[in-house]
Amino acid sequence: MPGLGLSLGFTLTYLAVIVVLPLAALVLKALQLGPAELWTLVTGERALASYRVTLTMAAAATLFCGLYGLLLAWILVRYEFPGRRLVDALVDLPFALPTAVAGLALTTLFAKNGWFGSVLEPLGLKVAYAPAGIAVAMAFTSVPFVVRTVQPVLEELDAEAEEAARMLGAGDLAIFGRVILPMVLPAWIAGCALAFARSLGEFGAIVFIAGNLPFETEVTSLLTFIRLEEFDYAGAASLACVMLLAAFVMLTATSWLQSRWLRFTGNP
Amino acid sequence: MAPGAAKRTGHRAGDIAWVRRLLIGLGLVLTLLFLAAPVVVVLVQALRAGIAAYLGNLLTPDTLHAIWLTVLTAIIVVPVNLVFGIAAAWAVTRFDFPGRRLLVTLIELPFSVSPIVAGVIYLFLYGAQGLLGPWLMAHDLRIMFSIPAIILVTLFVTSPFVARELIALMQVQTGEDEEAARSLGASGWQMFWRVTLPNIRWALLYGAILCSARSIGEFGAVSVVSGNVRGQTNTLPLQVELLFNDYNALGAFAAASVLTLIGLVTLLLKALLEQFAPDRRGRSA
Repeated sequence: MPGLGLSLGFTLTYLAVIVVLPLAALVLKALQLGPAELWTLVTGERALASYRVTLTMAAAATLFCGLYGLLLAWILVRYEFPGRRLVDALVDLPFALPTAVAGLALTTLFAKNGWFGSVLEPLGLKVAYAPAGIAVAMAFTSVPFVVRTVQPVLEELDAEAEEAARMLGAGDLAIFGRVILPMVLPAWIAGCALAFARSLGEFGAIVFIAGNLPFETEVTSLLTFIRLEEFDYAGAASLACVMLLAAFVMLTATSWLQSRWLRFTGNP
Repeated sequence: MAPGAAKRTGHRAGDIAWVRRLLIGLGLVLTLLFLAAPVVVVLVQALRAGIAAYLGNLLTPDTLHAIWLTVLTAIIVVPVNLVFGIAAAWAVTRFDFPGRRLLVTLIELPFSVSPIVAGVIYLFLYGAQGLLGPWLMAHDLRIMFSIPAIILVTLFVTSPFVARELIALMQVQTGEDEEAARSLGASGWQMFWRVTLPNIRWALLYGAILCSARSIGEFGAVSVVSGNVRGQTNTLPLQVELLFNDYNALGAFAAASVLTLIGLVTLLLKALLEQFAPDRRGRSA
């Protein structure tokens, strides 16, 4: 087959210039700081608070995405209903809609006088300019991951296993819990891991809705941005390294999960 | 017809009427509130003061400039990443070489990097504090806080889209068509234009749609490297934030409505491709 030299040469050059060189520049910047200063910067009080906010809100968002995503995947695969195609298309909306627009829209909906906020705030549920807003923004931007990883597995599910369970006397709930769920679980966990990883790095949707108060509603990506605006380049570099490290950990975890899931279902 | 419908023989778990109605109802209500409402609210707010006010807010010089810069970025970024995607997919699916799996990981890496980190790494490469900063300054070249930086960082963020679609497709194709073309005497480029390209055209289009949607909508990475100069280095998503922070709600929603319409068109094209093009299924970032 021809073209190895040309295609591989172009690919490697492009990746070197666009991906590897900039990443190396960040690592170099961080190394220049030395381990002691780097450690001081990444364990600063405000940085630690930002990790806490980011991790808890990402966990909350992932929990919602996990349940809502599974429900959506289930009704899209198992049932026929008016508007099914529209819902199926809408699932990808968070990927097609710019995060800034998502942030603006969610803030408007959940603001005190907004469609949702005017109902929720009298009940004492403050979402916009509160920690919950961060979770809502994260959930919006990452819900397609769960649906789109679970959906194909549900579609491929063998009806025979269900019928066998039914003939052995299992009811619907037992079939779901003992037959369907175990087969869907690896894909579901992989989808949740993708959603969690995306939530950790999200910025655009969050800055609009979060209120951005230090120690309370400040996520790590926003703190990194603030450090840049303060011309604190060492602080920004160290936080960016923490985020990069978290991304690598999540990438390794999800690719491991996905390879397990592929072995499980036998799909290519 | 539902993809699973063909296999639906007899009763399956969850087919009981009240369970089905409950789950569909819950799913629809949540989707309406969570996914549909944000789109509706943007369009309603943008048109709140009438069409004339809407157009007046949209057609300001700064917003028009932001639209132009966003389009310019997409026009440059999408073709470059199409070429990259083809080259990368050809290299990793038609040949085996040491480090091939590592290369695939590297190709997909930008998907895992936070937009903010993407911006920061470019700042530490081309910025005054960066690796190449002193050299660039000595040669009077400016990349950071200007249009080239916006284009470079958008190239980074969107580089995996086309490549991933093509790799997924070309891994399944065995390359037999290409072998046949070669044995019939086609040159390398003849084979590429007449056999390979027609075989991958739908995946290519699909990848291009996803790539342009992301390049138009990118916010975090661009906001780090753009410098946010009004009427100069503001893309449309940045313009939305700027107007919002200026308490110019009508302006912000007018700008956001353009991005929303682009997003809806993206969804429509995607759905059409998945319905009519062979072998296309919902694969998402």
